Order: sequence, then C-alpha cells, then structure tokens
Amino acid sequence: MAEKGLTVDKKEVQNPQEFTQEGPVFTPNVDIYETEEQLTLIADIPGVNKEDLEIDLNENTLTIYARVKKEGLPGTPIYKEYEYGDYKRSFTISNVIDQGKIEAELKNGVLRIVLPKAETAKPRKIEIRS
Amino acid sequence: MPLTRLFHPTGYNRVYHYDLLQNEMNRLFDSFFGSQTPARRAGFPALNVSQDNDNLYVNAELPGIDVKDIEINVDSDSLHIKGERKIAEADKNVRYHRQERGSGQFSRTIHLPFPVNTEKVGAEIKSGVLTITLPKADEAKPQKINIKTV
Repeated sequence: MAEKGLTVDKKEVQNPQEFTQEGPVFTPNVDIYETEEQLTLIADIPGVNKEDLEIDLNENTLTIYARVKKEGLPGTPIYKEYEYGDYKRSFTISNVIDQGKIEAELKNGVLRIVLPKAETAKPRKIEIRS
Repeated sequence: MPLTRLFHPTGYNRVYHYDLLQNEMNRLFDSFFGSQTPARRAGFPALNVSQDNDNLYVNAELPGIDVKDIEINVDSDSLHIKGERKIAEADKNVRYHRQERGSGQFSRTIHLPFPVNTEKVGAEIKSGVLTITLPKADEAKPQKINIKTV
C-alpha cells in the first residue's frame, strides 16, 4: 500500500452524540492490520497519559476514549495552529477476537492494541486422509 | 520550506505586506463568520505558540517520533524544527484495514518575535507532545518604568 505523507489536520468527531464536556473531540488517525493470528490497531493520540485512556470492548464494539488535559501552554497564546481536545473512536470488531488476551501499550503518544484471534477463528488446514 | 512569521522584524518587504494584508483579511473574515478554526496550517507539525513575561513557548504534537529523530536549532531570530517520522513496516503478509498514519520528513521554521537567550533554550517531549521553552533575551523582557512625581 502506498505510503502516507505527514498531515496536520485533526479530524473532529462529526456526530458528537452526547458529550457532556466542553471542547472539541477528535478522531485519531489509526492503522489497523490483520494477520492470521491477530488484529493490530495503532492510534496517534499525542498528549494522553496512561491513566486518561479508556479502552472499552462491549459486545463487538471497541471504543477508545482518551482525555487530553487542556491546559495547553503557559502564558498568553499568540499563535495557534491546532486545538487541544479529547480523542474518541469506535470500531466494530467481528466476534472472533479472544477478548481475554487483548493487550494495549501506550508509548510516545501512540497507542497500540493487539487483539489476538480466538482459536476457532484462525484459518485451519484440513488434513485429507487417503 | 514552510515558513511561519509571527512578526516581521523590520517590515519592509512588499511581499510580506501583501501576506500580512491577506492574513488580516482572512482573520477578519473568520471572526465575522464566527469561525473557530485555528490559523492556516503551514505544514507538519502544527505549532502553537504562547508567551509570558520571561519565555516564549512552542508546542507541537509529534506522536511516535523518537527523540533522536528530532532536531531543533535556534538562532537569534528563528527556530527550526526538523525531523522524520518513521513507521515500522509491518510484515508483508498482513492485510491493512486502515492506514491513516503518515510518515516522512518534516521541517518548520518560525521567525521569533524578539531575541531569545539561545543558550538557555529548553525542549522536552512528553506523551508525544514537544514543548520548547525559549527564554527572552534581557532586552526583550518588559521593563517596569518608575514614575517620578515632580
């Protein structure tokens, strides 16, 4: 697949359901790829600390909600190119994931979630007996 | 190279004046229509700048970028940030469902609105957010003027 260049546009969530907080909510950019064993999801969520991150798997919907402290920079803002805001994104995941083995790691503002597939969902080679 | 002007040191440049006028018009337009969108984006990374009496602060979101891949240079009137964002290649036999995260080289230059003490510039990166603190040079700090009663 073609490589993607760097962009600065933060996509704001278009249909913000029922957010009770003020401020914009952004859709993080993600990479999702699948191998025979697992599904890997990588999301850019700069400015999020581990304790402000919620990953929720409900039925087959995986939701990432990351809170960003909005204090921003000290002093008086004099130039602004981006806004501070939380990140939220949901994904529908087929029920072939082994929910007990999901692992998540947050490093340098990048979240990586590894969702291993359940045994039953892995491709299987059928031996043919002669 | 994308160039960001906060202020122009002398202001004699005709092209700059045109630019300034246009920016001013855009701002007027935006404020009239109540747009909350941030300033025009000049390139990656997006920058936010603020100041207080002693320092100028620059913020940039650089998720997943290794500290050793970022280079920051300061001279008396400008700040340069450059680097590269690398994304680990996934194995060949994977199937991508989404590929939205970009990679590549970046470079930004900001003209500083006042001289800074280049030796005391500090930079830190936390959770993928870079903060650069540029202390103002003494002559750029606000001076309190005592009023004498006569």
